Amino acid sequence: MADKPFRLLPRLSDRNRHFWQGGEHGELRFLRCEPCRSFIHPPQPVCPDCLGKQLAPAAVSGRATVLTFTLNHQPWVPSPDHPYCIAIVEIEEQRGLRLMTNIVHCPAERVSIGMPVQVVFEKHEDVWIPLFEPREDPA
Amino acid sequence: MTEGLARRACITGAAQSQVGRRLGRDPLELTLDACIAAIEDAGLSRQDIDGLATYPGNVGTPRGFSGAGISEVHDALRLELDWFDGGPEQPGQLGAVINACMAVATGVVKHVLVFRSVWEGTAQGKGGRQGLGLPGEEGGSGRAPRMSGMMEFTLPFRSYSAANWIAMSAQRHFYEYGTTREQLAQIALNARSNAALNPKAIYREPMSLDDYLSARMISTPFCLYDCDVPVDGATAVVVSSTEAARDCRKPALWVESVGSALRGRPSWDQFDDLTTMALRDAGAMLWERTDLKPADVDVAELYDGFSFIALAWLEALGFCGKGEGGAFVEGGARIARNGELPLNTHGGQLSAGRLHGYGFLHEACVQLWGEGGERQVPGDPRVAVAAAGGGPLGGCLLLRRD
Ligand SMILES: [Zn+2]
Repeated sequence: MADKPFRLLPRLSDRNRHFWQGGEHGELRFLRCEPCRSFIHPPQPVCPDCLGKQLAPAAVSGRATVLTFTLNHQPWVPSPDHPYCIAIVEIEEQRGLRLMTNIVHCPAERVSIGMPVQVVFEKHEDVWIPLFEPREDPA
Repeated sequence: MTEGLARRACITGAAQSQVGRRLGRDPLELTLDACIAAIEDAGLSRQDIDGLATYPGNVGTPRGFSGAGISEVHDALRLELDWFDGGPEQPGQLGAVINACMAVATGVVKHVLVFRSVWEGTAQGKGGRQGLGLPGEEGGSGRAPRMSGMMEFTLPFRSYSAANWIAMSAQRHFYEYGTTREQLAQIALNARSNAALNPKAIYREPMSLDDYLSARMISTPFCLYDCDVPVDGATAVVVSSTEAARDCRKPALWVESVGSALRGRPSWDQFDDLTTMALRDAGAMLWERTDLKPADVDVAELYDGFSFIALAWLEALGFCGKGEGGAFVEGGARIARNGELPLNTHGGQLSAGRLHGYGFLHEACVQLWGEGGERQVPGDPRVAVAAAGGGPLGGCLLLRRD
């Protein structure tokens, strides 16, 4: 994609690399507590439920729903694609497992709360940014 | 009911420096102007001040966000301090005042000078608001610093400003409760009509609903007039213990209770209820430690860094039910200066300038002391709420004059 917008990128560490580089394998990965089976975001060294440390990255389906969104018009950073859509999505596998992201491959005006979306990745340097595009629900 | 702070801390003086869009003045000088005037307002001299507190302390970024830290004010006034505290990790901007209340209530100190100073107007120059002030040249990602902490999960998604984050709260509120832009507009229109009576306000010319609805969008559903105006200016108050307040010139404004709670996750996007934010917890706590009720409040000075935050505070503080903020402000009569609950009587940050929470506290004091001049609310107000913060920041004070 030649027309990728400017993005500030995350500083990678052992704690977050699974999340920001999962896209290399086409996977959206979150830390998961093995005993609780619950996903944790942002990643942290102990499970917030059991305080245990048996945590490992695990892939989710990448299916999500738009919880809320905004169409950003203000040119905080110069870019030709205003307005663009910033959203908070909820990942299908777990209630409350949320991510701030952008909704792409869709006219900004078409985005709505409750809209089903699917992860896509946009590569910048050594980082695969998880973005979401509209998803057709199977009837 | 927990006893809380009742009658163990009070505000005895309040003052504001010159306030303007781009003053180009030394921000430390503005800070000292406010501090010296607040001490004088309390009828004290600087030798009486044994405590000093501020938010967020001496932080360099974003540029203009802090005009002075503890050490600069301490040294410039040659204060002899028994306690001091400044920092950003507090329950909102008014956290410094809450800290000061606890310091005097526990007998650690007698009189705490609390200040907040900004110079964002001058710092941002004519180029307009710059979000978080981070480097953002197009195609420059190789040169830009990498993000960590809370910025790690917001900035890579091109959400550069609290305008974006709070807009998403508002959008969710619109969706769940049917709130409309016409309702939200009342927060901005009310602020503007109050600003007309405040000689220090930035924007004083009348604004109509049409002006509001035709303004350019910033981040939907927020237009330009939903966003506050960066300024230069400083505010200071003196917080005194019950005994020490007897030495002061003016009637004590008792800190009846404080709201400093944050019971949900401290995050812009991970907080459980996107329509309430931290305000929900701070607002609830305020009423857990007093016999007063929302109906006892004579004047409400509620943070409007973005219009929606004031609406969310109205709900969080129980002035209306959850989700009913839009209907509560509809038409504007209820929140007008002569209405049932006068709101942001100085013009709020939307029209009087972004003094970052402390303009609200200052105005609450002005109204309780009956010093509002043309904008004084009728009926000799005795109980006021001052609230500041949005997103994961939230703190509030219930003030009462005998
Ligand atoms: Zn666990």
